[in-house]
Amino acid sequence: MSQVISANRLSDGIVVFRAPDGGWVEQLRDAEILADAAAVKAALVLVEQDVKANRVIEVEAFAVAIKDDHVEPVHLRDKIRAKGPTIHPGHGKQAAL
Amino acid sequence: MYRYDEFDAAFVADRLNQFSDQVARRLSGELTEEQFRIHRLMNGVYLQLHAYMLRIAIPYGTLSSRQLRKLAYIARRFDKGFGHFTTRQNIQFNWPALKDVPEILSELASVEMHAIQTSGNCIRNVTADHFAGASADEIEDPRPYAEILRQWSSIHPEFTYLPRKFKLALSGSPHDRAAIQVHDIGYQLVKNDKGETGFAVYVGGGLGRTPMVGHKIRDFLRVEDLLAYTQAIVRVYNLEGRRDNKYKARIKILVHEKGVEAMREAVEAEFAAEKSELLALPAGEVERIQAYFAPPALQERAEASLAVEARRARDPAFAAFVDTNVAKHKRAGYGVLTMSLKPIGGIPGDATAEQMELVADIAETFSHDEIRVSHEQNLVLPHVALDDLPAIYDALKADGLATANAGLVSDIISCPGMDYCSLATARSIPVAQRISERFGEGARAKDIGALKIKISGCINACGHHHVGHIGVLGLERKGVETYQLTLGGSGDEACTLGDITGPGFSYDDVVDAIETVVDTYMGLRADAQEDFLTAYRRVGMAPFKKALYERDSGADI
Repeated sequence: MSQVISANRLSDGIVVFRAPDGGWVEQLRDAEILADAAAVKAALVLVEQDVKANRVIEVEAFAVAIKDDHVEPVHLRDKIRAKGPTIHPGHGKQAAL
Repeated sequence: MYRYDEFDAAFVADRLNQFSDQVARRLSGELTEEQFRIHRLMNGVYLQLHAYMLRIAIPYGTLSSRQLRKLAYIARRFDKGFGHFTTRQNIQFNWPALKDVPEILSELASVEMHAIQTSGNCIRNVTADHFAGASADEIEDPRPYAEILRQWSSIHPEFTYLPRKFKLALSGSPHDRAAIQVHDIGYQLVKNDKGETGFAVYVGGGLGRTPMVGHKIRDFLRVEDLLAYTQAIVRVYNLEGRRDNKYKARIKILVHEKGVEAMREAVEAEFAAEKSELLALPAGEVERIQAYFAPPALQERAEASLAVEARRARDPAFAAFVDTNVAKHKRAGYGVLTMSLKPIGGIPGDATAEQMELVADIAETFSHDEIRVSHEQNLVLPHVALDDLPAIYDALKADGLATANAGLVSDIISCPGMDYCSLATARSIPVAQRISERFGEGARAKDIGALKIKISGCINACGHHHVGHIGVLGLERKGVETYQLTLGGSGDEACTLGDITGPGFSYDDVVDAIETVVDTYMGLRADAQEDFLTAYRRVGMAPFKKALYERDSGADI
């Protein structure tokens, strides 16, 4: 199953996703989609540098599904992380969507 | 209200300097996350689902207008314009940046507040009855003792690294509004045969994955022995509490495994061995602290208010508000007013900066500059002249703070759940919102009567679901939210844990299931005076189980 790597930015705690260029982005649509476990493993090794450089914390990979070029997390928890609180449409990443 | 002395001010300032330095060193990379985590937790900074979260202590739930205005300022300047009042009488901000936390703490220190010991395996914010010092049924105000415990437990060197967190609560009334029997230690103020004031002592209560009702290990503890006895309990726990398994590390597990009698003996032996003049509370010192909590100078007033009666006659909404949200005060002509943070369909416990400022203004004008935060996630004005109720009601109503539902079905406790919390297994706030919309605050809610619904989004039970008359526990089963119901729990002086009804309900079905429970109660209650809990205790689970599970739909798992 495809996966995306997420973390929290050290300075403000905001959820970020690893981008194809190795940087970090705030919106899931801009994230790098890792096709298999090997790709996840390789990316996590690279991400370790950003943890050591104190850019991000709490790195984790989570499952996503791709439908019509749209990336959607598989689990509710990750959906909420990617969008914001379901009870506050005006807060979190969904506010910018 | 208590005011910091030079020791309080110095310790908060010292900690602010230490933590500011730690944050700077973390941001510069000098400290790793592993090194930093324990420091940030000890200062109330969590990492949640979307961002950091800052939990600020509100000792025994008492705030001045100046302090509440500062919280409003922090909400607006450093957060997203709102805060969330919690079941431990604290406030949480959901979106602070780590780099801003030292400045936030500096702002808090300027109004004698902090976030110290709002996390970590230490003695947490000491809580107390939110009607303390005001309620008609009170033996004595418990807050001076809560304050003494706060001072004693703040950065106590022996008890900074306990096996697990440790929570104390105090009640000064026979009717326990502070849920003391589900705390690690609960102190109940009592009078003995000689008319002296002391404490009944409960130990080993708690919710979470292994809920337990506390055991009374002493009928009467003299006031002067409060610290010595607390030390004895915490010391026995610190020495014997399990550190091998965090899920078995709370004092309730120690009491359960050791046995209540053995625990009592160990505490009494430690108390006898260590009892010294050093920890005996001098009467003068107790009086000095009590003076800070002296009742405000309330002028004499008639028992009934003509202003209230006149407005009541022409305004049913006002009448409902007064009937539901005003409790009896010690003094004639006064009331204790609950301002519900549970607007119909709203988020339990959330308050905007504007609402906080409004409440601060009203408290300054009408309630001797004092506000309380209840563990039921509402705000309280403790000393309100009944004659002022019409003016207060109008002001509150303008900003959505006059919901007439205190103690009713829509006055729901809810933890943040999966909308914010990284530990949650299901959402809880949207379930609360839907229940609130289903029952409202009108005639139906009033007819249902006193009913406490409490919702947690995981087994850690921050929403106190085990002691809800109806408890709701959100879990995850096969990737889907499912909600388990418990009935018959109660967090008051007749404390009981709720019984599980049976299989859980889906997110879509859980509100219907709760309505089935409520309708079943309405159908079987002896009369309108028999509230849900009383009826449940009379009839037991069977009729509710039958209604929930022996029907065509609803039980979906």
